[in-house]
Amino acid sequence: MTTKKMAIIATKGTLDMAYPPFILASTAAALGYEVQIFFTFYGLQLLRKDLSDVMISPLANPAMPMPIPMPVMVQMLPGMESMATMMMKNKLKKHGVASLEELREMCLEMDVKFIACQMTVDLFEFDKKEFIEPVEYGGASMFFGFAGETDICLFV
Amino acid sequence: MNFNKEFDASGMSCPLPIVKTKKALVDMESGQVLKVIATDCGAVKDMQAFADQTGNTLLSNTEEGGKYIFFMQKK
Repeated sequence: MTTKKMAIIATKGTLDMAYPPFILASTAAALGYEVQIFFTFYGLQLLRKDLSDVMISPLANPAMPMPIPMPVMVQMLPGMESMATMMMKNKLKKHGVASLEELREMCLEMDVKFIACQMTVDLFEFDKKEFIEPVEYGGASMFFGFAGETDICLFV
Repeated sequence: MNFNKEFDASGMSCPLPIVKTKKALVDMESGQVLKVIATDCGAVKDMQAFADQTGNTLLSNTEEGGKYIFFMQKK
């Protein structure tokens, strides 16, 4: 049986959108897939050692379930983002959902390969020292070298 | 049913029961049986799908008092 392959392009850096790439990648790896994730634009935030800046905002996020209806004027007040993030993290923990750090670590343990988009690393002036290891740096064509051979390719 | 190793995934949500089951199987030998306990109802279909896709055998799948018990035989 040839090994199946999956590639994911992770472009978002918010708490809610950080989960799908890591959940899908760790699951696929557990199923025996060879997996690569290409982190680009805001997705690069997910490679930082410190993930405390990965937050969720109720603002312009009407689908986010809130315990009480909250007018947009209130959502934009200082501290609302931290509060929403804290509430979401508590909810995730209560439901036994792994933390991002834990899922990311499991991906690495199962040999999921992380690739950081060199262009956006330069564009946002990220310091590579802030990123976890191992991460490879490359461009779109490098990614296509793998993505072109995959059974599943997702853009998140 | 006899088993060689047990993994309790109670309280864990997707994808932890599957990912950690895979990890638990790594240091086991072919033919050995892993018992998995889970409380996530999604694990029922996931565990079967895991077996189907990885070639391990799901010997049994039962529910006891809100807990799901699986016996997985390593390929």
